[in-house]
Amino acid sequence: MLEVLATGPLATVQDLGRPGLADIGVGPSGAADRGALRLANRLLGNDEGAAAVEVTFGGLELRAHRAVTVAVTGAPCPVAVDGRSAAVNAPVRLAAGARLRLGTPGTGLRSYLAVRGGLDVEPVLGSRATDVLAGLGPDPLAPGTRLPVGPPPERFPVVDVAPVPAHPAGELVLRVHPGPRDDWFTEDALRALLTSRYEVTADCDRVGMKLAGPELPRRRTDELPSEGMVSGALQVPPSSRPTLFLADHPVTGGYPVIAVVTAADVDKAAQAPPGQRIRFRAASTRRTA
Amino acid sequence: MRFLPCADSGLIVELADLASVQALHAALADAPPEGVVDLVPAARTLLLHLDPSTADVRRIEHEVRAARPRESGRGGGELVRVPVVYDGADLADVAELTGLTAREVVDRHTAAEWTVAFGGFAPGFGYLAGGPAELAVPRRAESRTKVPAGAVGLAGEFSGIYPRESPGGWQLIGRTDLVIWQVDRDPPALLRPGVRVRFEEVA
Repeated sequence: MLEVLATGPLATVQDLGRPGLADIGVGPSGAADRGALRLANRLLGNDEGAAAVEVTFGGLELRAHRAVTVAVTGAPCPVAVDGRSAAVNAPVRLAAGARLRLGTPGTGLRSYLAVRGGLDVEPVLGSRATDVLAGLGPDPLAPGTRLPVGPPPERFPVVDVAPVPAHPAGELVLRVHPGPRDDWFTEDALRALLTSRYEVTADCDRVGMKLAGPELPRRRTDELPSEGMVSGALQVPPSSRPTLFLADHPVTGGYPVIAVVTAADVDKAAQAPPGQRIRFRAASTRRTA
Repeated sequence: MRFLPCADSGLIVELADLASVQALHAALADAPPEGVVDLVPAARTLLLHLDPSTADVRRIEHEVRAARPRESGRGGGELVRVPVVYDGADLADVAELTGLTAREVVDRHTAAEWTVAFGGFAPGFGYLAGGPAELAVPRRAESRTKVPAGAVGLAGEFSGIYPRESPGGWQLIGRTDLVIWQVDRDPPALLRPGVRVRFEEVA
């Protein structure tokens, strides 16, 4: 069992979410940076989708009530075990009673703390993920929250440390495909999206990030019947400035989506803190059959 | 039928009308093409969520074209009776917008057999279609920040019931005590696509 002592701005339990329930209005949710969650679990011999803590901008502190092995991935942050520094992207042993603290990441936004055996909180509709928009899953962590740990998997960790490309400190480049509703916008709008610089505003959470930058004017001004949304969608509300949807995005939306960030780059987008500058580039290769 | 890709994460199938969406959704729901991890029916579109590592978009488009549209949705035609007290804050406005009396609005709402077309606004919220055209009203000009759970409303061609307290812009005509969303119940949502709904007036 892990006891939470401090959480930083926001810490939630996340796994790979609850796909398959969209027709009753339940969105995917799950880790905002899915690659980082999967890596943390692989480092521990867990199933890739085992539940872990998603830590937003550091500040998580907890005590292990029995000996466990953990791994920290995602936004690289200082990790301290009883005051001694430990590695990220590597399995770390915690003795019974040990205190683990995650500092503020130097780059990126969301770090993942996984534990060998996975977090064994009660699943809701097949997932342990907290969906902040729908209000499903466990409450965000708070000091005093006790997190049960599942039985260790049969596999043993085989990797000492995983090589992970550094998060870019400067401008973040995200690949996009135009559409599904690029024809609702002027040609200038798509050009502006692909040639201008945007910046993540303070209005960003697990649902999505509002971006500051040039307006994306619409050609059609009639109302779009609500339609399904995906993670990575750049939806353009009446303000004409895009919102980039992340894991807890609404199931459907009534504003047109000018372009969608490729699945691989949505994880990078989820690591962009407020103030991060972003450029969008047309993905070079169309998908092939 | 038009295909609109959402990068490698999704494929929107745009269709002529709501009935075509429901029929295609029903056809694909039981055995979705490989690589399709979720289906999102809406008013004119069906979104296929894709697993980029396994989805072969050209094959999926082919399977969608070949799918035989089906009549009934996943609700299997089950009938849910919803007891409603018709004292909604917007009942008078709806009467004015439709040119009916409040009594006639209630009579039309209870006379129709509605069908859940799709969800999406919140867990458990079902867009109910199949009502009379004369009850079609625009959303309120300003959304309410708090609509109570169980509020029964109208917007566009749809009726709906708020599953829990939330913001909302629908025209409210009544309220029900029926619990339409409960996570620890199986199924958690009473109003799944295909379920038929009859509203019944209670005092």
